[in-house]
Amino acid sequence: MTAPPASPTRTATALIALAALAALVALDIVRSGTVDPFDAPVPIALGSGQAPSGAHCTDL
Amino acid sequence: MLMIRTGLVVLALALVLGAFILAGPRAALLMAVGLGFGLVLEGLRFGFAGPWRLIVTDRDGRGLMAQLLAIGATAAVALPLLSAAPGELAGAHAPIGLAMIGGAFLFGAAMQLVMGCGSGTLVNAGSGNLVGLVALVGFVAGSFFGTLHLSWWTDLGTLPVMTVQGLFGGAGAALTVTLLGLALVAALVWWRAAPGRRMPPARLWIAAGLIAALALANLVIAGQPWGIVYGLGLWGAKLAQAGGADLAATAFWSSPGNARQLDASLLTDVTTLTNIGLLVGAFLAMRWKRRPGAQVGRMRPESWAAVLIAGLVLGYSARLAFGCNVGAFFSGVSTGSLHGWVWFAAAFAGSGLGLKLRPVLLRPAAPAAGGQPA
Repeated sequence: MTAPPASPTRTATALIALAALAALVALDIVRSGTVDPFDAPVPIALGSGQAPSGAHCTDL
Repeated sequence: MLMIRTGLVVLALALVLGAFILAGPRAALLMAVGLGFGLVLEGLRFGFAGPWRLIVTDRDGRGLMAQLLAIGATAAVALPLLSAAPGELAGAHAPIGLAMIGGAFLFGAAMQLVMGCGSGTLVNAGSGNLVGLVALVGFVAGSFFGTLHLSWWTDLGTLPVMTVQGLFGGAGAALTVTLLGLALVAALVWWRAAPGRRMPPARLWIAAGLIAALALANLVIAGQPWGIVYGLGLWGAKLAQAGGADLAATAFWSSPGNARQLDASLLTDVTTLTNIGLLVGAFLAMRWKRRPGAQVGRMRPESWAAVLIAGLVLGYSARLAFGCNVGAFFSGVSTGSLHGWVWFAAAFAGSGLGLKLRPVLLRPAAPAAGGQPA
């Protein structure tokens, strides 16, 4: 009977998570393109006079 | 160690700068807020699932008290802000319904299986916990699948959106009622907790204050409260689309707001930005320590399958429940949504079931011949 394989260290596991996230963002940039800086929202919503446009978990 | 820590600071700055270059100043600010969440949650060990377990199993109410403090501090500023700027800021308001209650119950059970809620799963994955990473994969898939069936579930029975502001009239009354509600829960925690395990230590007071400050920064910058689940569902939708799925025919992803978000860059999504920051912030906090701690113990293959399925359930149920511990409980309650209170009650009940299931479903790996149990 062989011993079960050793688990990756915490650092290795975290790096896998970060790499997967970076790959997702890179894939999305390739597919969706980048943001037009002249079309980016103002830095702070409060005081902007603009309605919030982001999506949230509470949205139907 | 100095080299590592210098590298971590450079990584944090590069992340914020990268968000600025790729998506503008608001994205950079939200990335910084997300980093702050990750640093505080991992660095000061502020969590949701753990304290819910400890109040039941160990009569330790300190972590849950800290959650209530953070929510109360957030509400004290958020409710007047929402009242003062209704055209610029929105609360985490959602309807109470049968699927919402059932979803919250299942979420509570699943989060005890993987020992991580919405924010906790991201923190665990970012800080190198293998259970957290496997659960996150399931969470992303589950929250995407939840979007595909959401309208069917909500059609089973859903009330109109109800808020404390709407029921009691005005921010002042809403804040009073919210703080009284939190005080009532705190009194129950005080009664249940053992002496010496009631008041949070200084670490959790600081963490609660920082979490409240970051949640308010999220609201002021983004115009909406802190959330987790929408971003994860969007990640799943983006991956499905990349794999050839046509989401235009689905009710959720064909609605104007969601369709726009699906076509746009991920870096324009508020919850994606804070989720990325949170995960990286947890990594920074873990690597900053001289001893990051050991990996979780080895488990049987069927237990890893249970973790993956529990992650799926976390994501799917959070979608039905209009949020997780962050979007529904923390942000819902602190911005006056009644669904946040109902979510808390249902998820806490489910958490009790999860505590019973955990030792049954998660079993350590069998030891090698002549070896010791893992």
